[in-house]
Formats: sequence, C-alpha cells, structure tokens
Amino acid sequence: MPKVTIDGISIEVPDGTTILQAARMIGERNKADRHVVPPAMCYYSSLKTSGGYCRTCIVKVTKGSDKDPRPMPKPVASCRTAVMDGMEVANTTDPALIDARNGVVEMLLINHPLDCPICDQAGECHLQDLSYENGKSESRYEFERRTFDPIDIGDTIKLHMTRCILCYRCVKVGEQLTDGRVHGVINRGDVAEISTYIQQAIDNDFSGNMIDVCPVGALTDKTFRFASRVWFTNPVDAHRDCENPKCSGKVVLWMKGNEVLRVTGRKDQWGEVESFICNTCRFDRKDVNAWTVEGPRKIDRHSVISQGHYQLKREQALLTSPAPNVPELAKRKELKDR
Amino acid sequence: MGRKLLFEHITKPGIRGLEGYRANGGYRSVEKALRTLSPEAVLEEVKKSGLRGRGGAGFPTGMKWSFLAKPEGVPRYLVVNADESEPGTFKDRYLMERIPHLLVEGMITSSFALGANTSYVYVRGEYFYVARILEQAIAEARAAGWLGKNILGSGFDHDIHVQVGAGAYICGEETALLESLEGKRGNPRIKPPFPAVKGLYDCPTVVNNVETIAAVVPIVNEGGEEYAKIGIGRSTGTKLISAGGNIKRPGVYEIDLGITCDEFINSDEYCGGVDGRAFKAVVPGGSSVPIVPYELFLKTPTGEDRLMTYESLSDGGFAQGTMLGSGGFYAYNDAQCIVRSTWNHARFYHHESCGQCSPCREGTGWMEKVLHRLEHGEGRMEDIELLWDIQRKIEGNTICPLGDAAAWPVASAIRHFRDEFEYHVTHREKVKDPKHFAREPFRKSAKFATA
Repeated sequence: MPKVTIDGISIEVPDGTTILQAARMIGERNKADRHVVPPAMCYYSSLKTSGGYCRTCIVKVTKGSDKDPRPMPKPVASCRTAVMDGMEVANTTDPALIDARNGVVEMLLINHPLDCPICDQAGECHLQDLSYENGKSESRYEFERRTFDPIDIGDTIKLHMTRCILCYRCVKVGEQLTDGRVHGVINRGDVAEISTYIQQAIDNDFSGNMIDVCPVGALTDKTFRFASRVWFTNPVDAHRDCENPKCSGKVVLWMKGNEVLRVTGRKDQWGEVESFICNTCRFDRKDVNAWTVEGPRKIDRHSVISQGHYQLKREQALLTSPAPNVPELAKRKELKDR
Repeated sequence: MGRKLLFEHITKPGIRGLEGYRANGGYRSVEKALRTLSPEAVLEEVKKSGLRGRGGAGFPTGMKWSFLAKPEGVPRYLVVNADESEPGTFKDRYLMERIPHLLVEGMITSSFALGANTSYVYVRGEYFYVARILEQAIAEARAAGWLGKNILGSGFDHDIHVQVGAGAYICGEETALLESLEGKRGNPRIKPPFPAVKGLYDCPTVVNNVETIAAVVPIVNEGGEEYAKIGIGRSTGTKLISAGGNIKRPGVYEIDLGITCDEFINSDEYCGGVDGRAFKAVVPGGSSVPIVPYELFLKTPTGEDRLMTYESLSDGGFAQGTMLGSGGFYAYNDAQCIVRSTWNHARFYHHESCGQCSPCREGTGWMEKVLHRLEHGEGRMEDIELLWDIQRKIEGNTICPLGDAAAWPVASAIRHFRDEFEYHVTHREKVKDPKHFAREPFRKSAKFATA
C-alpha cells in the first residue's frame, strides 16, 4: 500500500489510487482535513477516462516517491496522476500553485457569461463554488465574450453552450451510459462546442444524467427550467422500484409544497451522483405518490440550498414556541391555517 | 564544409526513383541490418550514435526505442511523424519530396530494430502531394521486395502505410497524432501512459520524426560510433535546418551539429548574411522556441561563441538562451516589428489550440487579442504586464506542450524587446502603419542596449 502525504497529512491508499482520490480519502477520514482536496471540475469518479481537461485540480508534487525523490517539474493533474509510495504533494501549501490555480479559474471565467441571476444552476453550480473559493473578485478580461445560441439537444435537455467549460463529462456519459453517443465536441480551440450533429438527436433512457454531471448550467432540465430557484425548493430523498434494471431508482425529489418540481440523482459530498437514474424516473414521475419518500435530504450547511431547511425549522419552532410575540402569533395562525 | 549524410545524393538525377536511389547505395542499411545484424545490435548502434529526436524535443532516440514495451502477442508499431507543422520548418518536406526512399529505408531498418511489422507515416494535410510521392516510393519498394513478407529471406515482414492528416498543428503532438491516426478527433492524450506502453490502438508504439528515422540509415551503414564523431558533446551527427526570413540564401541546409552560429548565419555556404539591412533577432528552432536578439544568438551570456548544438543554443536558460527545436530557423532584420511577429505567432497558436484544456483554450485567444490591440496602436502600458501574466499562467499548466509553445514566444519577446512593446504604447499613431519599422527602424533605448 503506497503512502502519500498531501499538505503534510499522510494516508495509505491502494495501488493505482490517484492523488485526487487519496486527498478525498483524507477528507472522508476527517472532515477537518477537507482543505487538502483539490477542486475538480471535469473529473467524475464513476465515469472512466474523465478528468485531466479543466486543470483546476493541479497540484505540485514536491517529492516523486521514496525510490525517486525528485520533484515533478510542472504541476500535475491530480485526478490523472497515480500516487507512488512516499510521494509528497503540496496543494494549499504552495503559493505558486495557488497562483497557478487562480490562473486556471480566471481562464475558465473569461468567456463565461456570469449570468448566474438567470441561470438554473445557480446555487448548485460547481463553477460558482470554484470561483468563490479559488478565484479573484475582479476580471482583467475586457474583450467581448464568446457566445452561442441555446439549443435543444434531445426533447428534455437544453444546452447553453455559452456557459460550458468543456469538461467532457456529458460526452463520457454518452459514451458509457447510453447505447451510442450522438453528441460530442465539434470545432476546436476557443470555439469548440458540445453539440449534436442533428438537433434533438439525443433520445436515450439515460441521457438525463448529462444534466446531473454538468458542473455548470450548460445542460439544464427542460421540465424544470425557470420553475424555481433551487434554494426555494425542499429536497427529499425518495426511491421507487424502477422497471429499468440499470436504474437504481434512488433519487432526490425537489419539492415545493406537495409538488415535485424536479427529480435528480443523489449527489455525494464531492458533488457526484451516487448512482445514475433513468429518464423515466427523472422526467416522467413528477407525482409524489409515485415515490416512497425517505426523508429530508441532508444538505451541507454551507450550501445556499440549506436555507429551505432552516426556514422549515424556524416555522416548527414558531409553532411550538411557549411565548410568541404579536407578529409571531399572527404567523403561527397563518401556518396553522395552511 | 561539413559531411552530408542525408543529402549526399539529393541532387543526383533520378534519386527520387528506386533505380536511382539504389544506384547511389540505397537500401544498404536494410541489407546490412537484416542479413548481418540482430534487432538488438541495430538498437545498440542507434544508442551509440547518440542520435537525438529531430522533431524538436531532442530526446535520445536509442533511449526512446529501449523504452518500448514488448509484451507477448501484442503488435508493436512505428509511426513516423511527418506532420511538419511548426511555422518556419520545412526540412522534412524537402527530404520526402527529393529522396523519399531514404525515409522508406529508414523505416524498414528501424522497424526491424523495434520488431514492428507495420509502420505508418502520418503526413500533414497540406503535404498531400508528398503523400503521393511516398506512396509511389513505397509501391516501388514493395514491388522490388524491400517491403512485404520475408524481406531478403530474413523472415522479417514489414509494410508501410501512408496516412494524410487534415492539417491541424496539434496533430504533430505525438499522442494527438495517434488519436488522429486511429480516426478520432486529434486531441492529445493525457500522459502517462506514454506511447511506448500504450500507443496506437493501445499497443506499444514509437513515434519519431522523419529526419530521425532517415538518420538511422547512415548510422547503420557506417556504425553508431562513426556517426557520433560528428558533432560536439551530446549533440551528435548532422541536422537539417530550414532557414528563412531576412537572409540572403534561404533553404534547407544539412549542418554538422557544432558549427558556430556566426558561421551558419553569415557564411556564404549557409544563410549568407542579412538581406541588406541589419539583423535584429533570430528564432533558431521553429516558432515555439524563444526569440533571441541577434547579439545573444551569436554569443552565449558568458561571451563565448554560440554553437548550433542542443546545449549551446539553450545555454543561458530561458532568460538568455533559446532552443534548437525542430530546426525551423528564421532571422529578422531591423525592418521587422517584433510585436507584430509575436502577435502573428499568438494568432497561430490561438487558431491551432485544440480546446481540450482550459488554460490553452482560453489563454491563447486572450493573448492574441491583447497583442492585436498593442500592435494596432490601441494598447496600454498595463497590457505588457498582463501579457506576461497570461503566458505565465498557461506555461506548464496544460496537457500537451502546445500551451508552452504558445507562451514561450510571448515571454521571450517581452523579455528581450520590452522597449518595442513600450514604443507601441507611446507611439500609437506611428504603429498604426503596418510597415512602421520598415520606414523608420526601431532604435534600442540605452536602457536595453546591453540586455
């Protein structure tokens, strides 16, 4: 078992583990050590050959291994570099690396429209998190940003190429989950775009997972678009016995009152879905009676989505509070009537 | 006058055909290798020769070959990189046009050493006519028994296929070339695994430049030690240099590695000096290597004569040196504008970036826009710092070397010619004339005269 040290924290991992996976293991072992985990915009553990493109997960290998202690000359993509025994890695402890990562984030943002106020992904967008944590507050880019027209790819998915960061995750979904990929990257350089050869060509039971894996608001659910800001919904875990043998049927229902606004896969602490779900579950079962509800989805306290839960708690507290004041009494009556 | 190893017979009549080539000693290396040597012995000769990759990186060829994985029952491939797309480089084209059998011969001999029964030549799209020349040469060789089953009764089978690309610069990067050869989008792969372990169709593959493979012919004919006598230190043998720009005699020259830079640029045997004005700067190895002022090209930072070798040209590191690169040599006279040239380079890399990884995809375009602004008289002083910062954030942070190749020319131009950049900000009206320095050559300010 190779032993790797990331920012001074050591862990033993199985052979073939990448630096990023090792860092996540450290983060899972002790939540206080989660700062050693590099951000990842294109890597997705359940999609083979993903990663390496966005360069946000770059780290500095300060010692190659016990056998060959030379440092690596350039920053490496932690998601595609396997650990060696005795390897030492700097993630947050190397100022030059933090500067380089700042640069990558800046590059990702120079052509991004920053249209968060009208983007459905806002609130659960990895690029928002990334730029908040690793970016700068101002931009040095003064030229016109590149734009594309939104297009329909498949009858349930809208593509806003303008927001895309070309992480290739949806391409890998097309390759690995569906029976034949019909979309991909066309053109090259900074006009490269995700597209289908023929519009609306994507018609597959698992194509909806492209929406879940998209780190930004480039691929959005047409059945949910503009229905609600995500932080005004209440996510609950639910499941059903899905007819599709490849579908786990384990989902999150994004509710407003008794209405199911959206169905997605369950995302883990690294923002990756735990198991992929089929399009029937995602798009066609928007009735709460079709599901066995397990209970509220646990949302990280730092996420804006958790606001909905706090609202609920405040209301519950109000209903049972021993000494409410006059406005609170009025509110209590209103809640009871509802 | 140096020895010609590759171009010895290039002007002989009929050298393009098999008959003329054979009459001038062609295919001797195949006879020698297949009849008298073992594959290991050929590899040993290549190692002894000290031959280094002629495509640009200068990696020792013998070492690259010895890294080739040899699992049982898995085919191995030799892929020749004829996607010569580095701006300023046209040596391989000349070689393949004039003496295509030299490449074919080198491929047979090299494949014998590597144990590859199939090899490919990946020719860039613009060289479609070169592909035809090669195909004709391969057909001739096949008809004469130099290719096919059981060559010269040795039991070694070999065949060569020519594949034409679609003209993308990125497909000269070895893994992008392999992707393209497999029929996919020409995106570089993420390494490791290296092609020596998982290359073409996931099989062990060696990718070499045309000139490297051609150089195997004289190495096998004359022996690796004899070849290593030419040159200085770790730069052995001869190198093809395609010279262009403001020189009197542009063309492809075969030089002994080790002649002085002064001899190469000023002697009548090679470039023949400047075409009328004064030299300002030199790019010795294709557009991606750092540009250096003429004085710094002639002398190393310590004041010694600079030589045309891998080591001497990079003496002084990135701050004071440059690289031999692919041998795409071009010189600027004082009528040329370095900002304009840098912008032109940036425009090229912007156009050729594959778009796979973010720093290169976004950064090359950004640099191009800022340089366009500077060159067209709309720049600001801060733009110079901005450019420096952008190139710094691209370099080393990308999947393949295209990001570095885009960053180096910008970095070196700012490092050595910052005063010209400043001039573009302070003399906005003057630089709006595209021939601004042709009318009135730029004079270095005292501050930079000794840089």
